[in-house]
Amino acid sequence: MPGQTLFDKIWDRHVIADLGDGYALLHISRHLMHDGGGRGLQAIKDAGYRVRNPDLTFATFDHVISTEPGRTHETLKPYAARLYHMRDEARRWGIKLFDLGQPGQGIVHVMGPEQGVTLPGTLLVCGDSHTCTHGGMGAIAFGVGATEVIHVLATQSLVQPKPKRMRVTFDGKRAPGVTPKDMILHLIGQIGAAGGTGYAVEYAGSAIRDMEVEGRLTVCNLSIELGAKIGMVAPDDVTFKFLEGRPYAPKGALWNQAVADWRTLASDPDAVFDAEVRVDVNKIVPQITWGTSPEHVIPVTDRIPDPAATTDPDKQKAWQAALDYMGLKAGTPIQETRVDWVFIGSCTNSRMSDLRDAAQIARGRKVAGHVRAWVVPGSENIKRMAEAEGLDRVFLDAGFEWREPGCSMCLAVNGDTIAPGERSVSTSNRNFVGRQGPGGRTHLASPAMAAAAAIAGHIADVRALDRRSI
Amino acid sequence: MEAFTVLDAKAAPLMRQNVNTDIIIPIHRLRDVAQADLGPYAFEPWRYLPDGSENPEFFLHQPAYRGAEIVVADNNFACGSSREGAVWAMMGMGVRCVIAPSFGPIFFNNCFQNGVLPIQLPRADVLAIADELEAATRPGSNSEPRLSIDLHNRTVTTPSGRKIEFQIDGIRRDALLKGLNEVALTLTRENEIAAHQAKARAATPWLYPAS
Ligand code: SF4
Repeated sequence: MPGQTLFDKIWDRHVIADLGDGYALLHISRHLMHDGGGRGLQAIKDAGYRVRNPDLTFATFDHVISTEPGRTHETLKPYAARLYHMRDEARRWGIKLFDLGQPGQGIVHVMGPEQGVTLPGTLLVCGDSHTCTHGGMGAIAFGVGATEVIHVLATQSLVQPKPKRMRVTFDGKRAPGVTPKDMILHLIGQIGAAGGTGYAVEYAGSAIRDMEVEGRLTVCNLSIELGAKIGMVAPDDVTFKFLEGRPYAPKGALWNQAVADWRTLASDPDAVFDAEVRVDVNKIVPQITWGTSPEHVIPVTDRIPDPAATTDPDKQKAWQAALDYMGLKAGTPIQETRVDWVFIGSCTNSRMSDLRDAAQIARGRKVAGHVRAWVVPGSENIKRMAEAEGLDRVFLDAGFEWREPGCSMCLAVNGDTIAPGERSVSTSNRNFVGRQGPGGRTHLASPAMAAAAAIAGHIADVRALDRRSI
Repeated sequence: MEAFTVLDAKAAPLMRQNVNTDIIIPIHRLRDVAQADLGPYAFEPWRYLPDGSENPEFFLHQPAYRGAEIVVADNNFACGSSREGAVWAMMGMGVRCVIAPSFGPIFFNNCFQNGVLPIQLPRADVLAIADELEAATRPGSNSEPRLSIDLHNRTVTTPSGRKIEFQIDGIRRDALLKGLNEVALTLTRENEIAAHQAKARAATPWLYPAS
């Protein structure tokens, strides 16, 4: 019998009952909640259910809150009622809620790993598609819908079909200026936004092993943009070092026992995957999206693609529609594209390493006069750490705005939006039509690339900026 | 949940790849509008012109397709965000069934939670169905752009009377046919859940900090 994959090992541990047809009733070892999904607790109340395991659910505010500096509960209007309700219900059930201004508050996918809530070997769900982020810790983590959230709250379990398994092996070394974000955007460009549909993806290879936890979280974050609900990385010493001492990570003897167990969580050498993809990391250059799907991505050195260059008529139509929406001309070097906004933040790229990357580019430079640039740290803790390091000063001196933690302009449901027709370079994960505000145009890139665009006033190659100032 | 057994209804092709749930329902509508009232905002970015009037090019505004209860879509339909509002908004405009070569995985699950049937077929079949629907709308055609879905027998019947079989997981089919509530069903397994959790607490005690 062939060996087991990492995915299989964690899945098997959580099977309560085999329901046939490849479906299982799964135990949920971690459940996370955010303010965008607050209706779950209301629904529990309406249906007269009880929250089965409040000790395994952790909540925070991130989606609908304002990130305006100096925000108070008053500035949360008109959504304050929803937040107050969620706070009351969490307290009533005994669910830990990381409230505004408290350490732990932040984007739900930043909070989990940061607090040690997300642990290797867990099966973690949240009513948000980027829950795949947590797979970077060596967990099976996936997003669920609103009704599934109710199911989890009421039963601490979920009915799921077992996905197929894919392994993506990233071998080689990243060149200077190339980040984990560029690796995953490159992969999506190669296999498409549906390339991972139906799979749980394990990221492996030397470039993943060499990567810090934060980078692995970024890679896993975009799994859903690959069509895969689940992305994961086997836990290793890098993971354990990251976790040790975090508030909700095990301590003392339990910690040693946990690490010994976590060391068994890797795909066996003879494990068989349903699909294998190999990526040569040496060849990857900084990436930028040009269209309205994450698969519309090119090296920053390229020209904007010409629909005539593809023979697939469906692609031709899609590319033309994307160019029209984005207000771009085929054949023009993408670096000639002028930008109005730069957004550095989101569950993809708002952690310390991201802010340091961006600050390195911003230090001693100025944001172009016509650009508004925001830095939105992923959590209250990151905000405090960055301020202790003086990163906020670097950004403010360069002309960036330094905001309060939250999802902000990643989904623009909190008052943080760009205007119709405006163009942004964003470190988030979706360049969908209207994602950053109706009619807004989004180019996805790494934090360093976003900072470079802010300084240059147009899409720019961070590698050029590194060597000379402009 | 309303049961799904057979559906004979107008069907409309939306042959674009990677249609995402941000298009199906913009986030600010989800924030501001009650679940039952989302219908008018389904596909909002495509559906209206800048002045707020109906976009006549929008697939469901074409007279032949208006009121369609079945949508025929292309690869990776409803990818992206987990928002169940995408299903609610489509239900709000009367849709009960979506046929596509592949779906966003979270949307696919969300359909079953709401009595909406997502049918996965090989792309060649989906394209052929879309072609037949379009042909049925042409002047002089003697058929209508309708499909007949039979969940019992797992068939789609096209305007020309061709029957195409589809696969669906038994557990999902059963739940749809009977309109079962999954939470209520799982609650009857409380003993198994408790037994599993007791075992897990013993084997991996570090996962249970509060106990
Ligand atoms: S930062 Fe963006 S992608 Fe991440 S959870 Fe918030 S809204 Fe979703």
